Amino acid sequence: MNSISRRKFLKITGFTVGAATASTALGPIVKGAKKLEEKSIKGIKKIPTYCDICFWKCGAIAYVKDGILWKIEGNPDDPLSRGRLCPRGTGGIGAHFDPDRLRAPLIRTRKRGEEVWREVTWDEALDFIANKMKKIKEIYGPESVASFSHGIGGNFIKHMLKAYGAVNFAAPSFAQCRGPRDVGFELTFGENVGSPERTDIENTKCLVLIGSHLGENMHNSQVQEFAHAIENDATIIVVDPRFSIAASKAKYYLPIKPGTDIALLLAWMNVIVSEKLYDENYVRKYGFGFEQFSVEISQYTPEWAYPETGIKPDLIRITAREMAKNKPATIIHPGRHATWYGDDTQRSRAIALLNALLGSWGRKGGFFFPVSYSLPPYPYPPYPTPTKEKLDNPNNKYPFASEEITNGIREATITGKPYPIKGWFVYATNLIHALPNEEETIKAIQNLDLLVVIDVIPSEIAGWADVVLPETVYLERYDELHTSAFKEPFVGIRQPVVDPPADQKPNWWIAKKLAEKLGLGQYFPWNHIEEYLDYRLKAAGLSLEELKQKGIIKGQKQPIYIEEGIEPEFATPSGKIEFYSTQLLQAGFDPVPRYKRPQEPPAGYYRLLFGRAPVHSFSRTQSNPILMDMMDENEVWINYDIAQKWGIKTGQYIRLKNQDGIVSNKIKVKATERIRPDCVYLVHGFGHNSKMLKRAYQKGASDSQLITKYEIDPIMGGTGMNVNFVTFELEV
Amino acid sequence: MARYGMVIDTKKCVGCMDCVVACKTENNVPEGYNRDWIVQVANGKFPYINLEIQSQRCNHCDNTPCVSCCPTGASHVHEIGKVVLVDHEVCIGCKACIAACPYDARFIHPDGYADKCTFCIHRVEKGELPACVSVCPTHCMYFGDLDDPNSEVSKLLASRKYHVLLPEAGTSPRIFYLI
Repeated sequence: MNSISRRKFLKITGFTVGAATASTALGPIVKGAKKLEEKSIKGIKKIPTYCDICFWKCGAIAYVKDGILWKIEGNPDDPLSRGRLCPRGTGGIGAHFDPDRLRAPLIRTRKRGEEVWREVTWDEALDFIANKMKKIKEIYGPESVASFSHGIGGNFIKHMLKAYGAVNFAAPSFAQCRGPRDVGFELTFGENVGSPERTDIENTKCLVLIGSHLGENMHNSQVQEFAHAIENDATIIVVDPRFSIAASKAKYYLPIKPGTDIALLLAWMNVIVSEKLYDENYVRKYGFGFEQFSVEISQYTPEWAYPETGIKPDLIRITAREMAKNKPATIIHPGRHATWYGDDTQRSRAIALLNALLGSWGRKGGFFFPVSYSLPPYPYPPYPTPTKEKLDNPNNKYPFASEEITNGIREATITGKPYPIKGWFVYATNLIHALPNEEETIKAIQNLDLLVVIDVIPSEIAGWADVVLPETVYLERYDELHTSAFKEPFVGIRQPVVDPPADQKPNWWIAKKLAEKLGLGQYFPWNHIEEYLDYRLKAAGLSLEELKQKGIIKGQKQPIYIEEGIEPEFATPSGKIEFYSTQLLQAGFDPVPRYKRPQEPPAGYYRLLFGRAPVHSFSRTQSNPILMDMMDENEVWINYDIAQKWGIKTGQYIRLKNQDGIVSNKIKVKATERIRPDCVYLVHGFGHNSKMLKRAYQKGASDSQLITKYEIDPIMGGTGMNVNFVTFELEV
Repeated sequence: MARYGMVIDTKKCVGCMDCVVACKTENNVPEGYNRDWIVQVANGKFPYINLEIQSQRCNHCDNTPCVSCCPTGASHVHEIGKVVLVDHEVCIGCKACIAACPYDARFIHPDGYADKCTFCIHRVEKGELPACVSVCPTHCMYFGDLDDPNSEVSKLLASRKYHVLLPEAGTSPRIFYLI
């Protein structure tokens, strides 16, 4: 690890940072930016598009004033943004102006890790990649090139790689994020909650948030609906070791001991079953294995849960009754980032079961049945038949993984088994911050013949690449059409608002050009993405011109609740909601979730917890000048009494040292009553060590760097990351 | 004649800073400066905490120390909505208003004049809401004529409990926080 923390930073030969002149205002920053359509630049133009600062994909309208990007607002027609973006979306224009952006393709010129580069033409960069890919295909087969990506922008890159013959595609959004939640719900209801989640918070009468910190976590529509629920006087119940913003809105705040959520969930279900507060008709009609479930659950009384969770039995009973009183318009929120302790699928299953008891799945104010706009796919030639299987989950080690496991690909890259991985394509995901234990990631990278990073900013993973390809930001490009399933069907378009400031190219162009160099041009039979979009829209009876004008076209409203006549179907082995899971039992897991006591922190150590800030997305926005003006470093939250004991004060800088001796960048202390004494908290995404990220360089500390330990969820392969402990180093 | 004010529902506000970001882009506020900002006031001992989140800005007071102290007349009460404004051309950047404002709402713009929230008068004159109000994802901010008993702001103040900031300063501020 020492070699990593002391690693040399990006040195760019022949690289000039064109627009990075010091500036106090945003205006002067844009001087280097080219103007769109030089002829008609005077006046204000409004161009609809959809946002890319997080994965929510809110419909937006960008304003260009006299040829220069001015501001961006929500598109009122969009079912997600409803005319209002979140702070990240509003500040999204900063991504275009960011002086630290990647500007030209780079090829590494010295040993990997020394990070010396030269600026090259696109032609040279793509030739280099194509030659390496051809060699890998020849020696190892095309399956030996793997891909990691995040967001809709990766679609065309993945298409190119599938045409090449690649089979290993993964995203940290599964095994490092929502995976256990999705699998827990799939095991129970036969399908997951999707993204955007199918939570009908707008109409709920009781919302239970477990660790989910809406308001700090700015998933736009959910936060809008959360405020609506507050206005409607819905009962808010918040379970969190930290007094979050959401906790301040709650009628009941349960300051749970970290890692004991399953005990609380079991006790809640015990109360609801033993007091017969569940939705009997619903459970009888749709449930499977309820008898076995109730026998199992009868042992978990609130008195049993109290010493585990620290939540008093009467508070457990009161909150359980409150949930039941409002059924079926009660949501026990499934959360999103769910990879905490390694038993996360079972926790998510417990959440699913509690919702099932209250009959909220499929009901108004609970979980609706989402609908989406159906667009026919583009008629591409069939992909080549692979000769090898995917290797992220060999021998089905994690039997219920429903997407590919990033850490499985990383592991195979290290071991070379079941077959070698020799190339990585990394699109818009900073693997160094996204995967736990960066040492393993770097070890895997050493076995590669080719590491390509396609991104808009020089993230830490770009620092390890052989070739870095600078992509245009979302405000400068077309992308795949947006048809997320939600409350009503819609199609959204992303289209260029302004020109890129330098030689950046959109992902579709990169994918097409590379495919052509690989001799796979037949997979990109269109000349420009507009032809592709036009084909798909026409096939659905829609017009590209109209969509470019409006940004959003909505389809017919459809029923989304059981109350509106939907007869639910459950894609489980029993065809019902599985209170008792025989498939889990057969695979050697608990058919009804069980509680396992978490490991205690050693004396003088505190559990490391992390979460989100409303003005940042992952580790991808810390060079955005507007968003960094809002929050330019993170703080470590330390319980006030603990801070006093250590003689630490708010505003003071300290370092965090984890159980394996890893020491963080310096970080500012927030000594506060708003957190338990047994844990500390920081916002994820800070503590960048990439020197090219001038604005973000060493601002705050990185939780990822301290997450050297992780517990793998045996059901689906996710990495539980809240299992690290830190102590304080006062010398900075 | 209208008397504009703002009502902010602290029960709905999540302190996300969207109001701050929207103000920056709408008004091209220079980096390092803000015309509005978020304050979190936490009281109590864990886990019994009370947290109030306030989106703060110029209070566009009825009694305006910033206007009465201004030697040039740059700080003035605008004829529309009695909004407190600064004429950038007239302002000499003497900072008297900064010293006089109890809310610390003003700053000297890098171009040399005192700057602050204008209630987005350029938008309001076109019939739009201030940028901060129109962007808020929680719909916690309301803007309107305090002298019109039928306005949304007047109705909210008639029906809900509220407080203002530093009432003891005697400025009669026109930003109200619903509690």
